[in-house]
Amino acid sequence: MRAMEASGIARHTGTELVKRGLAEMLRGGVVMDVVTAEQARVAEEAGAVAVMALERVPADIRRDGGVARMSDPALIEEIKAAVTIPVMAKARIGHFAEAQVLQALGVDYVDESEVLTPADELHHIDKWAFTVPFVCGATNLGEALRRISEGAAMIRSKGEAGTGDIKEAVRHLRSIIGDIRRITQADPAERYGWAKQLQAPVALVHELAETGRLPVPLFCAGGIATPADAALVMQLGAEACFVGSGIFKSSDPPRFARAIVEATTHYRDAQIVAKVSRGLGQAMRGEEASTVETRLSERGW
Amino acid sequence: MCARVGVLALQGDVREHIRALAELGCEPSEVRSAADLDEIDALVLPGGESTTMSLLLGSAGLLDPLQDRLRAGMPAFGTCAGMILLAADVADGRRDQHRLAAIDIGVRRNAFGRQVDSFETDLDVAGLDGPFHAVFIRAPIVERVGPGVEVLATVRGSDGVERPVVCRQGPVLVAAFHPELAGDVRLHRLFLAAVPLPHPAAQP
Repeated sequence: MRAMEASGIARHTGTELVKRGLAEMLRGGVVMDVVTAEQARVAEEAGAVAVMALERVPADIRRDGGVARMSDPALIEEIKAAVTIPVMAKARIGHFAEAQVLQALGVDYVDESEVLTPADELHHIDKWAFTVPFVCGATNLGEALRRISEGAAMIRSKGEAGTGDIKEAVRHLRSIIGDIRRITQADPAERYGWAKQLQAPVALVHELAETGRLPVPLFCAGGIATPADAALVMQLGAEACFVGSGIFKSSDPPRFARAIVEATTHYRDAQIVAKVSRGLGQAMRGEEASTVETRLSERGW
Repeated sequence: MCARVGVLALQGDVREHIRALAELGCEPSEVRSAADLDEIDALVLPGGESTTMSLLLGSAGLLDPLQDRLRAGMPAFGTCAGMILLAADVADGRRDQHRLAAIDIGVRRNAFGRQVDSFETDLDVAGLDGPFHAVFIRAPIVERVGPGVEVLATVRGSDGVERPVVCRQGPVLVAAFHPELAGDVRLHRLFLAAVPLPHPAAQP
C-alpha cells in the first residue's frame, strides 16, 4: 500500500477496496485464457471483461507435462499492448518472485494458480505485500478463507482445468456456497467449530455468518466449455466465469467466446442460451476429470 | 410513491448500486432487455467493462430504445464504465464502441494507468457538504466538456492537469469513480433529485 501526494491530497494505491473493487467490476463477465496477441484481440472483440495471458492453455500444459512456470514477460507485454481490457497472468503457488515480476510488468491481476507447477509445498504467497491484486483457486470454503486471509481479492473455483469437464467446478461451487449457507444458520457458539473444521480465521467465519457471502467475489473456473456450462455455474452462484481451454480449443473460437459472454449475462434466460448455442460447432473435446492422471485441483494448501 | 429506478444489469457492479438505491428507499430493478426499460423512470449505468457492456447493449436490443429514452429526458447516472457509455466521445475504446451521447463530454478510457495505479482519495464535490471518498479503478478521465455541462469535481490527472471527474448535464449525472463501492450515497441522492416522481429520500 502506498500513499502518494498529488495536488496536496493523499492518494492510496493497492488498498483492499481498490483490489476487491476491480474484481467487482469484472462480475457478470468472462475472463478468457489467451496465448497470443491475436487471440487476445479475438477475446476483446467477443466481449471478454479481461484476458489471462499465458504460454499454453491448461489442456496443452496437461498434454505436454513437465514443469509449468510463469509466462515469458515478452509475451505478456505483447498481449498487454494488444488490448484495452485488464490483463491477468499466472504465478506458481508460493512463487512470490514470479508475482513480483508480474507486478513490475504492470499486469492488472495475478492468478496464483494450481495450473502451474507449485513452487512451495506449504505456503502460498503473502498477497498483502503487493499492490497488484490476486485471485486464487479454491475447492472448498476453508481453502477460500485461507486465501482471503493471505490477501486474495478474488476467489475462483479450481474445477479441473484443461478437461472441459464441468463437474469438478460444480462440486467446488456447491461445497463453498453450501457451507456458507450452513454457517449463516449456525448459532454463534457453533461458528468456532466451523472455524476449526475449515482451518480458517474465526473473524472471517463471523463475517460470513453476518453477510451470507464471501468478502470478495467468487468466480468459477475449470471446465467451462459451452454457453450452458456458463449458465449452470452462474445459476449455482458464481459471479463470473474464467474460460481456459474452452474457447481456443473449440472449432470456432470467436463464436464460442461471444456465445459464452451472452450466456454469462443472460444466464437465467434459457431462450437466449438456446439461441447462442444453436449451430455453434464442436466444443473442446475434453476428457473426463476422473480419468486424468494429474489432478491440478489437489495443488494448494 | 417511489420512483421506478433501474440498474443496467448486463455486467459489472450492479449489486452495489442496488444496495445504495435501496438504502435511499428505492426498490431498484435490473434492466437486461427493452421490456425491462419500459418499467423504469430512471437508470443507473454501473461500473464494469465498458467495451463488454457496449457489445451487450447491442445484442440485447437495448441500444435504440435506451437512446430514445435518454433523448426524451430520462434521468441517468453513470459511474466509471457507465460514464463512458453515456459520453458523447470515447477515446481508446473498441472500434465499434457505442456512444449513448446523453452528456456532452469526451472521455478517455484507462487514463490513470493500469490497476497498480488505481487509487482512493478524498474529493470536494460541489453541492455536497464535506469530502467524498472516491475509489478510482482503471478509471476514465473527462478530456472535453461541452457547453451546458457542469463540472462538480476534479482530480489531477497523470499529466498534472486538473480533470473533471463528476459532471452533470440536465438529468444526467456521471462520475469517473465508484461512489457505489465506498458506502456514501450522496451522489445517488443527487441523481434521484432529478427524477420527477416524488421520492422521500430525494428531498433535501
